[in-house]
This record gives sequence, C-alpha cells and structure tokens, in this order.
Amino acid sequence: MMKLDYKIEGGDFTNAGHASSEVKKVLKKLNVDPKITRRVVVSLYEAEVNVVAHAYRGEIFVEISTNKIIIKLVDEGPGIHNVDQAMEEGYSTASEEVRQMGFGAGMGLANINKNTDELNIYSEVNKGTTVEMITYLDKN
Amino acid sequence: MKVKDIVDKLNLEVLGGETGLDNEITGAYTSDLLSDVMGNIQDGNLWITLQTHKNVMAVASLREASAVILVRKYQPEPDMLEKANEENIPILATEMGAFEISGKLYQLLNN
Repeated sequence: MMKLDYKIEGGDFTNAGHASSEVKKVLKKLNVDPKITRRVVVSLYEAEVNVVAHAYRGEIFVEISTNKIIIKLVDEGPGIHNVDQAMEEGYSTASEEVRQMGFGAGMGLANINKNTDELNIYSEVNKGTTVEMITYLDKN
Repeated sequence: MKVKDIVDKLNLEVLGGETGLDNEITGAYTSDLLSDVMGNIQDGNLWITLQTHKNVMAVASLREASAVILVRKYQPEPDMLEKANEENIPILATEMGAFEISGKLYQLLNN
C-alpha cells in the first residue's frame, strides 16, 4: 500500500492541480490503466479546485492498494448546506471572480460523480467538508 | 497531423511551449469552462479558448491536450506561459474568434 498526502490552501489558484499532477505521475509509474488514471485525475482535480474555491484549507490523503485507490479530501471551510443540491449539474455558489476564470459552472461534483466508483460526502456547515472518492482497479 | 502543421496552415503565432510542436493532434475542443474541458476533452485534442491563466495549463497537462489556441489575440499571463514551457504544451495565438478557428480546424482535421 502506498500513501500520499498533500496540503491545499483556500484561494490559492496558482497551485490548484498540483496534487492531481503528482498523483497522475505516480499512477503512470505504477502502470495503472490509463483509462482509470484519467478518471482518478479528473475527479481529484475537481475536488482540489472545490477546496481552493470554497474552503479555507484542506488536506488530501491518497491510499493506493492493489485493488483500489481511496482519495479523501478533508477541508476546513463553510461546508455544504445541501449536498443533493450541490450535486446537481449547473448549481454553484462560486464567486464572480472564480467564475470569470472559467470555474464555478456547477460541473465539478457532477464530473466527480461520473468518474468515481464510490463517492461519499460528509459536510458540516461552518466547519468543513470531507469528500471520499473510491476507484476500484479490478472493476473498470 | 502535428501541431506544427496547423501552425503553418492557419498562420498561428507560437507564444510558448515550442518543445511540444511535434505533438500529434487527435481533434479539438472549444470551451472556456475548465470543468467542461476537464470532463470532455480527449487526449491529444487542441483546446481553443480565451482563458489566459495558469490553470489552463494545469487542465491541458492533466488531460494531455496537444496545444492551447488563444483566440482574438488574447495574451497568456506570464505564469501560464512558464507552465506551457514546463509541460511542453504549445500556446498558439490567432486573430480569429473561436467560431472561425474552430470551423477551419474542423475542415482541416476531417479531410
């Protein structure tokens, strides 16, 4: 089992995607199927951007084992008031500034949902959100 | 077709990422929404956009775009250019708008 750990600062768009890029390199080295790698990278990038765009800070925990990849993003932030609503395509609470960069179109969580085998979201308003994404390596 | 071929054919200006001019083109995707590109662009596609910040290169690299084409002479921010050079993904500029350049590429790539 391999464990990786990355920190994210809220609002730091210049480093958004850093963890995704590092994880991609590791999965390539481990010869993970490119299709699976792509799914993991898409969902991790979206989750990373969500923390940067909405939370104060967060941490990413990646666990790669022979049959699955578990990625957990734990953030301190405003939390999500209504997770079902947040999952709807097109729904977004992103700021105008973030939208002008081409983020905040309400497609992030939908992309994550489409590209993970299992998605769990735990959120507490005014405290933070934990997003757990599981990808099976033998099922795809 | 390679990136350098469309540079010649469509008279594009190479602003950075020259080391990627031999990248093979598989098609193109036109969008200014990063999540749309993240979810829908295919490996080796050109990405046509007016977004000029560093995150464009993060998405282009993660999804293995062959090059980024900036429309209407939009100029990349310095850190976008820097990342293009690091990632070997060319940034190309055109005076054309997204509709026109997309149409020309569609013809070129489907012949």
